[in-house]
Amino acid sequence: MSETHGGPAMIKTENNRAWFLVLPVFALVAFSAIVPLMTVVNYSVQDIFGPENRVFVGAEWYREILQDDRLRQALLRQFVFSFAVLLIEIPLGIAVALAMPRRGRWASLTLVVLALPLLIPWNVVGTIWQIFGRADIGLGGVMVTALGIDYNYAANPFDAWATVLVMDVWHWTSLVALLCFSGLKAIPDAYYQAARIDGASNWAVSRYVQLPKLGNVLLIAVLLRFMDSFMIYSEPFVLTGGGPGNSTTFLSQTLARLAVGQFDLGPAAAFSLIYFLIILLFCWLFYTTMMQLGRGQQQ
Amino acid sequence: MARIELSRLAHSYEGRPTGESDYALKPTDHVWDDGVAYALLGPSGCGKTTMLNIMSGLLRPTEGKVLFDGRDVTELATEERNIAQVFQFPVVYDTMTVFDNLAFPLRNQKLPEMEIRNRVAEIAEMLDLALCLEQRVGALASDARQKISLGRGLVRTDVAAILFDEPLTVIDPHLKNSLRRKLEEVHRESRLTLIYVTHDQTEALTFADRVVVMHGGEIVQVDTPQALFERPAHTFVGHFVGSPGMNFLECEVDGDCAVVGGHRIRLAADTPTDAGSTGASLELGIRPEFLEMVFDGREHGVPAKITRVDDLGSSKIVTAAVGADTLTVRLAEEVVISDENCRLVFPPEHSLLYRNSRLCLKPTAGRP
Repeated sequence: MSETHGGPAMIKTENNRAWFLVLPVFALVAFSAIVPLMTVVNYSVQDIFGPENRVFVGAEWYREILQDDRLRQALLRQFVFSFAVLLIEIPLGIAVALAMPRRGRWASLTLVVLALPLLIPWNVVGTIWQIFGRADIGLGGVMVTALGIDYNYAANPFDAWATVLVMDVWHWTSLVALLCFSGLKAIPDAYYQAARIDGASNWAVSRYVQLPKLGNVLLIAVLLRFMDSFMIYSEPFVLTGGGPGNSTTFLSQTLARLAVGQFDLGPAAAFSLIYFLIILLFCWLFYTTMMQLGRGQQQ
Repeated sequence: MARIELSRLAHSYEGRPTGESDYALKPTDHVWDDGVAYALLGPSGCGKTTMLNIMSGLLRPTEGKVLFDGRDVTELATEERNIAQVFQFPVVYDTMTVFDNLAFPLRNQKLPEMEIRNRVAEIAEMLDLALCLEQRVGALASDARQKISLGRGLVRTDVAAILFDEPLTVIDPHLKNSLRRKLEEVHRESRLTLIYVTHDQTEALTFADRVVVMHGGEIVQVDTPQALFERPAHTFVGHFVGSPGMNFLECEVDGDCAVVGGHRIRLAADTPTDAGSTGASLELGIRPEFLEMVFDGREHGVPAKITRVDDLGSSKIVTAAVGADTLTVRLAEEVVISDENCRLVFPPEHSLLYRNSRLCLKPTAGRP
């Protein structure tokens, strides 16, 4: 090895055949992501009447979509929903993880119970809550009504919203809790022992030992919960069908109506791309802010 | 500050200990005197950390009691014991500044902010941390982090003792010395009880007033570094302390002499004369530093055959065979070694008798 060091081997040899090594990955990514995406781009700039009958319309669909009042309202609703989900599920998930037993039989049991909602298919969750929330035969609905509250998620927009939110919290808080639990498990015992020796209160242990070490898993939890909740479809679709009125019609359902219901493929394609860019933008925003916060703590 | 007493203290990590081998710490009685710097020396897995964690309350002992100045604290939680402990790996609060880290134990005690400020400044000065007090600790190197861990133990004014669990393992060798010297300084000034766990004999012997040697879950000797060297109470201490370790030869006893391969070797004067009467296993022990190697052709000592010479520059380590046994001898650098007429002379005052691995001494010598 020492001979090649500094000798002719140091000069980089140009060999374009190396590109062949990248080809399989390129082909795979092309078929899984680039080709489908470009199809959507293709639809979004044309008005297609039939296989042989198409007109290039440029940015017209985009303009139309951005001015559509229905879509703007759905977008607003979507943001309110996603931020509500984050505001409830992240703190709640952390709290659950902190309260969980750290080891032993109870820890295993808690893990299984927490994982259960995550294993249920989306539309089944919707069905469960649709029945659970009914004021005549559903356990939840009957109980709320028995408390003297006039509750009907099919008729009252506020009740519909509350039910959709509670359903999402029930379905997904476990994910945040499990991620945080794994983060907490990774903290060496010595940190807890040192804190006890320093006479730290339970609150101080959470604040100065546990939370700082949870930074990375929290970032993942926030990103996953934002993306997932921003794309929510099946559960509210099954539970309320987007109603009453349009009060629980979120972005993906609006998109589905546009594309599959009205078969307006051009506007739907333009909408899809904007939808995708919004998610990308927000993930980037969350990522950079949280990384900045983390770095601020390191310096 | 306090006198810490361990009374019939034992611990087992098994749920129900059945035999002696289940105990990580065998029933132990010991007193840590107030204001003394102790080293707790022993190989990995001998129960050092177990004993430490029981004293600090991180571990509840299976049996026995811990007393601080006569007060039973066995059932008290760590935070109620006023004890400080420094761990093997630096444990710091990453999101806090160096100042806040050092102030943390004091703030938890709700001391006035002015007092905290003074106390932290004093400790930071002592540990050379004064210049980086406002820095966040996340970016600091591991030796600085360990200094902060030390500092959090030292900053408290009310501690009964500070326990160190191999605190210098992660520190660079050249910083090790200076940090150890700092600790000695701290001890001289504060007269705190320090208990310093280590498996490094140099560290133990240079740091401590008294060394506690543990082996297989029990304390085998508590003594000054000099006594550990000259009068090891157990063959394990002989092996573990000193480099190379002590020589041990199987022997028989006849009156005041040990008999090895037909040769009579006079034993130390404080060896009991009836030591050989029982059927126990007997060994003659002598330090390589005390053995004399002679080439004068006179018929004294024991004939030996040199098998190996290691020249260390400042001295020579000679390995020699006596019958079936192998002995090591440390010789001065200028001694000329020849293969002929090589004999080993055992100075009587350093020739010790061990019965069942334990040093045999007359009861009148003042030792149990």
